[in-house]
Amino acid sequence: MLANEQAVTVDTLIPECQTRFDAGLRLVGISAVEIKTDSTFDVLYHFDKDLQVSHLRLNVPKADAVPSISGVYFAALLAENEIKDQFGVNFQNIVIDFGCTLYLEPEVVKSPFCTFTFAKKDKVKEEA
Amino acid sequence: MRTILPFGPQHPVLPEPIHLKLVVEEEKVVEALPNLGYVHRGLEKLTDIRDYNQMVNIVERVCGICSCIHALNFCEAVEEMMKIEVPQRAHFLRVMWSEIHRIHSHLLWLGLFADGFGFESLFMQLWRIRERSMDLMEATAGNRVVISTNIVGGVRKDITEEQKTWILAEIDKIEAEVRQVEKTLLSDYTVKSRCCGKGVLTKEQAHQLGAVGPCLRGSGWAQDARMTGYAAYGQLDFEPVVEHDGDSYARCVVRFREVYTSCDLVRQALAKLPGGELAAKFKAKPEGEVWRRVEQPRGELFYYIKGNGSKFLERVRIRTPTFANIPPLLAMLPGCDLADVPVIVLSIDPCISCTER
Repeated sequence: MLANEQAVTVDTLIPECQTRFDAGLRLVGISAVEIKTDSTFDVLYHFDKDLQVSHLRLNVPKADAVPSISGVYFAALLAENEIKDQFGVNFQNIVIDFGCTLYLEPEVVKSPFCTFTFAKKDKVKEEA
Repeated sequence: MRTILPFGPQHPVLPEPIHLKLVVEEEKVVEALPNLGYVHRGLEKLTDIRDYNQMVNIVERVCGICSCIHALNFCEAVEEMMKIEVPQRAHFLRVMWSEIHRIHSHLLWLGLFADGFGFESLFMQLWRIRERSMDLMEATAGNRVVISTNIVGGVRKDITEEQKTWILAEIDKIEAEVRQVEKTLLSDYTVKSRCCGKGVLTKEQAHQLGAVGPCLRGSGWAQDARMTGYAAYGQLDFEPVVEHDGDSYARCVVRFREVYTSCDLVRQALAKLPGGELAAKFKAKPEGEVWRRVEQPRGELFYYIKGNGSKFLERVRIRTPTFANIPPLLAMLPGCDLADVPVIVLSIDPCISCTER
């Protein structure tokens, strides 16, 4: 657990981000961690104001949808697309959604950082 | 009529590949969309098979130009996680090498920037001056770019009194030579006409879009991670360089004046350099979560690290400055002339090697 950390759910994530945006916090970045013991992801949102860093922690089951915060913080779009590529976190409604092709070629069907994917299951089924 | 033009991944002003899809109307850019992934290496994933000591060498290779500062941030994060007390001498030496790295990075960029708008002789003059900083690194660390001086617990190299005297003399020469080209770069009609009012990022946009480094400070924000006092910066006098116009010229001026700041910080670090050990001894294994940030030449570098009590870290997340400066770039380009795109893209000092890790 990090100092200045607050837990959020998929329902409270956007309102908490909006509160921070309105209070003048800058989005520093987003980190994803695979929690292998209970098959979930921790998604951490890092914010800064006047050199003080605070964090939001969202714990979600692997296949669950996570609302994109790019509607509030436009800068989140690259980080969310990257995490979607690398971990397969199911971000929804990213303002510019690369559909898991920011780094990956279209034929790649597994997320390289945790061998999990949600995004291209349909494609796999079609091919099968 | 709207047309979509590809900019990159191969372009004369781009040392590394990034692709921008430019939507243009006549000669004006209306919208820009980025496309990455040409040189992605997945270095963060290497933490599965490289232990935390080996990862110091891996993170140094995230970016050649600021390799030392990547290693510094990683080492400080692991040291915080393992509660290692780093010797004071190591802190000051880390500052010295970081600032020499910043001088070489800024001079490299200033040269490339001059080259970007066709000022070849200025490009060569700036790179000639830069060679002095490369010589400093080679003489003190044994290598010109990836200097590998940082280790978990401290530093692996020391400097002698003779080297200290020589470094100070070289820093004086660098500063004097940079001052000689200041008027040429910052007062030249052509430079100003290519940079002033081009690629404007307002103060509000810079903050809301998460800009860092000279992009943020060029838009009026006095924010620099060195103000947090990491390594030995807390014991040195430091004021961030700030400009207010938010255009390509302002970002150029910030980097130019930061060369002077770095020279001053090297002098301060060497004046206050204490004696003592170079590295602490420890036996622990990294466990828990930490974040850490430092100021790279291109801006704030942020690391999130998670350890599980083994010698392999569970997660290393690296948010590099260029990655943070791409959304602001997308806001700088709309409204500009197509001919100004290369200079505006260069003005964020893009490092694609960093961005794609």
